[in-house]
Amino acid sequence: MSDALLVLEDGTSFRGRSFGAAGETFGEAVFNTGMTGYQEVLTDPSYTGQVVAMTAPHQGNYGTNAEDPESTRVRVAGFAVREASRRASSWRATRTVRDDLADAGVIGIEGIDTRRLTLRLRERGAMRCGISTLDDDVASLLRRVREQPGMQDADLAHSVTVAERYDAASVVGPADASLGPVFRVAVVDFGLKRSILRRLAAAGIEGTVVPARTPAAELIAEGFDGAFLSNGPGDPAATTYGVEAARALLGQVPVLGICLGHQLLGLALGGRTFKMKFGHRGLNQPVRDARTGRVEITSHNHGFAVDQDGWARRGDVAESPFGRVELSHWNLNDGTLEGMRCLDVPAISVQYHPEAAPGPHDSRYLFAEFRELMRA
Amino acid sequence: MPRRTDVERILVIGSGPIVIGQACEFDYSGTQACKVLRREGFHVSLVNPNPATIMTDPGFADRTYVEPLTPGSVLRVIERERPDAVLPTLGGQTALNVAVALAESGDLERTDARLIGASLETIRRAEDRSGFRATMLEAGLDVPRADTAGTVEEGLGLGDAIGYPVIVRPSFTLGGGGSGFARDRDELRRLAARSLDASPVTEVLVEESIAGWKEFELEVMRDRADNVVVVCSIENVDPMGVHTGDSITVAPAQTLTDREYQEMRDDAIACIRAIGVETGGSNIQFAVDPRTGRRVLIEMNPRVSRSSALASKATGFPIAKIGALLAVGYTLDEIPNDITGVTPAAFEPALDYVVVKVPRFAFEKFPEADPVLTSTMKSVGEVMAIGGTFREALGKAWRSLERTGFDLGWAAADDGEPGPLSVPGERRLHHVEAALRSGATIDEVAEASGIDPWFVDQIAQVVEEAAGLEGRVVDELSETALRDAKRAGLSDRRLAALVGADERDVRARRTALGVRPVFKTVDTCAGEFPALTPYHYSTYGEEDEVRPAERPRVVILGAGPNRIGQGIEFDYACVHAAYALAEAGYEAVMVNSNPETVSTDYDTSARLYFEPLSAEDVLAVCEAERPVGVLCQMGGQTPLRLAHDLEAAGWTVLGTLPDAIDLAEDRGRFARLLQELEIPAPPHGEADGPEQARTVSELIGYPVVVRPSYVLGGRAMEIVYGPDELERFVAGAAAASPDHPVLIDRFVEGAVEIDVDAVCDGTDVFVGAVMEHIEEAGIHSGDSSCQIPPATLSEDELDEIERITATLARRLGVRGLINLQLALKDERIWVLEANPRASRTVPFVSKATGVSLARVATLVVLGRTLEDLRDEGLIPSEPRHYLHLPYASVKTPVLPFGRFPGVDTVLGPEMRSTGEVMGVDPDPGLALAKALVASGAALPSSGTVFLSVANRDKRAIVYPAKRLADLGFRLLATRGTAGVLDRAGVPVTRVEKVSEAEGAPEARSIVDLIREGSVDMVVNTPFGRGPRTDGWLIRTAASQAGIPCVTTLPGAMAALRGIEALREGPGSPRSLQELHERTRGEATVQPRLPIGSLEREVAS
Ligand SMILES: Nc1ncnc2c1ncn2[C@@H]1O[C@H](COP(=O)(O)OP(=O)(O)O)[C@@H](O)[C@H]1O
Ligand SMILES: Nc1ncnc2c1ncn2[C@@H]1O[C@H](COP(=O)(O)OP(=O)(O)O)[C@@H](O)[C@H]1O
Ligand SMILES: [Mg+2]
Ligand SMILES: [Mg+2]
Repeated sequence: MSDALLVLEDGTSFRGRSFGAAGETFGEAVFNTGMTGYQEVLTDPSYTGQVVAMTAPHQGNYGTNAEDPESTRVRVAGFAVREASRRASSWRATRTVRDDLADAGVIGIEGIDTRRLTLRLRERGAMRCGISTLDDDVASLLRRVREQPGMQDADLAHSVTVAERYDAASVVGPADASLGPVFRVAVVDFGLKRSILRRLAAAGIEGTVVPARTPAAELIAEGFDGAFLSNGPGDPAATTYGVEAARALLGQVPVLGICLGHQLLGLALGGRTFKMKFGHRGLNQPVRDARTGRVEITSHNHGFAVDQDGWARRGDVAESPFGRVELSHWNLNDGTLEGMRCLDVPAISVQYHPEAAPGPHDSRYLFAEFRELMRA
Repeated sequence: MPRRTDVERILVIGSGPIVIGQACEFDYSGTQACKVLRREGFHVSLVNPNPATIMTDPGFADRTYVEPLTPGSVLRVIERERPDAVLPTLGGQTALNVAVALAESGDLERTDARLIGASLETIRRAEDRSGFRATMLEAGLDVPRADTAGTVEEGLGLGDAIGYPVIVRPSFTLGGGGSGFARDRDELRRLAARSLDASPVTEVLVEESIAGWKEFELEVMRDRADNVVVVCSIENVDPMGVHTGDSITVAPAQTLTDREYQEMRDDAIACIRAIGVETGGSNIQFAVDPRTGRRVLIEMNPRVSRSSALASKATGFPIAKIGALLAVGYTLDEIPNDITGVTPAAFEPALDYVVVKVPRFAFEKFPEADPVLTSTMKSVGEVMAIGGTFREALGKAWRSLERTGFDLGWAAADDGEPGPLSVPGERRLHHVEAALRSGATIDEVAEASGIDPWFVDQIAQVVEEAAGLEGRVVDELSETALRDAKRAGLSDRRLAALVGADERDVRARRTALGVRPVFKTVDTCAGEFPALTPYHYSTYGEEDEVRPAERPRVVILGAGPNRIGQGIEFDYACVHAAYALAEAGYEAVMVNSNPETVSTDYDTSARLYFEPLSAEDVLAVCEAERPVGVLCQMGGQTPLRLAHDLEAAGWTVLGTLPDAIDLAEDRGRFARLLQELEIPAPPHGEADGPEQARTVSELIGYPVVVRPSYVLGGRAMEIVYGPDELERFVAGAAAASPDHPVLIDRFVEGAVEIDVDAVCDGTDVFVGAVMEHIEEAGIHSGDSSCQIPPATLSEDELDEIERITATLARRLGVRGLINLQLALKDERIWVLEANPRASRTVPFVSKATGVSLARVATLVVLGRTLEDLRDEGLIPSEPRHYLHLPYASVKTPVLPFGRFPGVDTVLGPEMRSTGEVMGVDPDPGLALAKALVASGAALPSSGTVFLSVANRDKRAIVYPAKRLADLGFRLLATRGTAGVLDRAGVPVTRVEKVSEAEGAPEARSIVDLIREGSVDMVVNTPFGRGPRTDGWLIRTAASQAGIPCVTTLPGAMAALRGIEALREGPGSPRSLQELHERTRGEATVQPRLPIGSLEREVAS
């Protein structure tokens, strides 16, 4: 447990103890306010390139297990916490967070005032940062932090997508056939979370996961019943192949987009995306479904968003090259756009994570809606 | 959806007196609700007989009725107020049960008042244990195997079917009343009988015991648009089997993965929908099998609760306030989150700290009670602490208990023998520490105690930290060493003990090295949005968030956890001080550790610090706020204990100075002062050991009162009639207050006791009221009933009382409140004690007279003169205003004997009541009757009364006995008493004592008669103390049978007066607003039939 130093690009520094791997790491510092679900967070590919600070003080309490990872390995660039438990307690625990980070070569820092870090990020916005167990000189680490590229314009999806296509069933088992016909969907992987495959299967949808750069024409030619645009890291605007795919799929097959997938769809529909000051990362964000007026408590993880004013609008309906787009979901905390429903082509998308994991299950209905789009 | 328009007038039902299982959390909830409902323009009327509550202050409702919470009495209020809606979900189980009764009887319909917040069906589905099970199973939710029984035989059938051990829980009860575990048939037979009695509907649930499983609670809110949020998750450190109210609990839950937590959340939402709570909050309890993860529902409460108050304080999300708004039609997304100001209440708070709740017990007051924790709640209060980590929070929580030896990190040596880990008790976590210290592994301890290994490991880390410090030298402790120690939750006091130094030295070293806590903000969102409300807690972090203030600040020290002797009355005073400070242009800075209170509502003061009331933590707050002064006289004994440390650290104690406090508290100095002032007082002496005690007592002359100094509630205080008894008591007293001598006073026998509350501005004195006790001196003032106006005191006596009060207040240099207790014997007035602080009776006096003493005192402390306040009409200019009231107010204590089977119910100088109720009526008899009814001692208006009195009372009992006979009561009495009555020509039947009946097997003793329910009231004045005596058997039987048991003669007189009044029938109730209005009006009549006049009748 040697000493570790965390430095933000504005020069703010935090001294703590290292856990997990030793060494040095750089990335975009972000905070997550979830009080559960560190294992899902650590393994969510959308966090690629980010140093995640958890606001809840105790992390690692219930250890880690084989069922809960959202991908094949730990993805975060670094992990900053008030305290990493030395004892894991759960009937499901097989390992500890400390081991997982160490094995994945990911650096953790504990014993720092995570609230101070959070407030700094809230006030000045998400920042580049570095954690080092080698260099305890703030100035020199800061210099190297400032040399790092930022998230803006970063295309990270290509670095985390699958090399080879595979069947969702091989990971989450067969789709639920009890709901009627099982639909076949191309799942375009920009940094896919496993639980999305679980929810698709539960909605009677059999996914085929394909690499991010798979030409849309191929997928259409293969006669999939629908296409799913996954979550993922980086700047949507820089993920041009994703935008093209979305544009090509729209109107050809029913489309569901989540998170990055939602942003790609927004751009494909002629909208704009922008980088948020510090984004939304947590499990408690209230979102209103404009149709029902109901409030869902939702799981969030995004630093970019679709600009609600990116189109000419009549009320909540935007005019796009693909016809009318209903701006269907809204964040009640900051009024940002959280979902879209195309009225003239079969496509829906949400910025947040209806598959949860981690997070509340209020929004699972969206997978059933996707199924309906394909049934129609 | 906007505010509903079909409701204009709302009746709020309170929860009545503080009892075990139902404390001031309902004052917090009710006060919040009343405030917001009035802000919304509703006409709010309120029924609650608890005078110590803030909610019953005339300012918080349009009409406030201090009336009993029986269906009949509430109905009388409804008939007078004609509300459109009745809100029953804020007054705990009491309010729900009253509402159910009124709905079932059709009275609500008849008066077209409808229930809002929860419908009759909803309450039934949730509270009726069998209905609940059925509903859950329908909703596809898992529950333990169980069924309900209406008879003992049915119960036994179930026990055999389910397999032992089983738990038995009555329907419609609170705090686990009447519940318990049965390991076999015989235990079940006994338990089922008791439990069936406890249930108002004689129904019990016999259930598979899952003791040892993990226990969780979720606080859930739903609006009429069916939006549901989980406000807070709470995990119990003590596993299933220990009532949540008696468990150490943690928020948020620490040992659930997201998968399990979200599934629990799904269940909770399914549950609240299935039960059909349309709007408002519910508390839903779960158990989880630590081996398999199987999750079952235990119960749900469709109302605010102890846990919802805790959750509100833990998260900053005001459940009761939001619940009230939901009840009148708003939806969660329409209600703003006060703390951020910009986001809606439709969200789930995120915590970036850890909250720990620890219950406060009072077993020392009930030596005969079983201290093992079970499914029946036994704690009398609780503390909450917020820390950056679990260990920090736990350490603060232990400090907050204000009990020496309870700090975190107590070495095994100091802790005595490592106690049993498997038996849940008050000190189990200390036993865990001890076990770990003596080498037990985390898994061994977890296995033996059923406490989750994660928590055990946290404690292990503290133990290791402490061990590492032991024997080191304070001045050589490094900054890191100190910081680590503080982050581990070790108190300065504990550190001092470890390094063999003085607490002050540790603090000095700490501050010298810059090891200071910083203050963070409770903001509901883990820092995602800026917080508007300065609600702070300390932690050993890096950045402080306390914002500079515009106005000068005054720190108010609260009263800490509710305990017997120091309860909600003191919180009442603190809250009024906060209001008065704001009024006077100061920022009130509240420091308190009690989550149940109004004072810890972030709405109450300009700034709130949720911190222990220990020197260490209070000084840290002062350094953060740099107040112009600290108010120590509102929070009872707790802040007085801190006055010296504050002064020593250079902070100004506002009002009465610490030395003046000493002068009054130190009985020796006080006795000398009284001599100097030639104020009569019982002869007094002090003793350092048994021998000295004996000689002093001889000198003073028996009977004597022995007590430790510096205690509240007459702790360890006893009346001693001879040298033989003396030794034991002296020992007891020494234990209660080690480093102070034992005090011995002449016991003034058969005296009328008098309480006085007054305010002094240094020269001028305002007497708020003189109260005459019903029980004679010797029964603790907190345990005896008293009346305003005083019933029998002559003008001369009042003159003398006021003269003494004024002289003492001036001579002590009191600035602010002072409370006196006096004894009147043979036209002579003796001073028993003076407390230069707020007293238990301040709220009662304020409600009885319409003058807010705490407010007046605060303004005086800030430099206003009583003269000014008189001119401004804040206090009446008319002399002895408390005498010229057109109605009488009676305060009656509420005792917890029902909770503690086997505890003797005799009243004495050691206080044992948990709360009090008030009765108001132009007829003092009726005022008393109302108070007694409100206290639960429903007086019989006909039936059988059993009398058995000590010889000294035999002559005096004749009169009341005769009256009872004339009223048509059947009288039973034991030999001696029967003889006296017989000779006086009072018809009476003689019955056997147990000791007498033992010989003759066929003879049925009085205890048998009481058990079989053929006695309606017991009058038994004690002769001889201690378990197994006849008196003890009779009294405990009575308290178990739930019939009134009067243990003093004046009490019997009062009861008689009450019975007479009840038979005349209760009149239409009057609200405090109306009564206070009338006091301001002129022509005031003396109350007729003064209580106590009977004693004089009898005496003559
Ligand atoms: N089946 C059971 N097995 C073991 N303990 C139980 C069981 N059911 C309840 N308990 C314990 O009894 C306590 C009180 O039960 P509960 O139903 O919550 O009553 P109350 O209405 O008084 O809160 C619970 O907090 C729990 O610790
Ligand atoms: N000298 C005495 N003679 C008779 N009764 C006494 C005497 N001293 C105390 N008492 C009784 O004991 C009770 C508690 O004593 P008190 O001094 O008020 O202790 P506390 O500080 O706990 O209030 C009093 O309310 C009174 O009834
Ligand atoms: Mg309960
Ligand atoms: Mg007293």
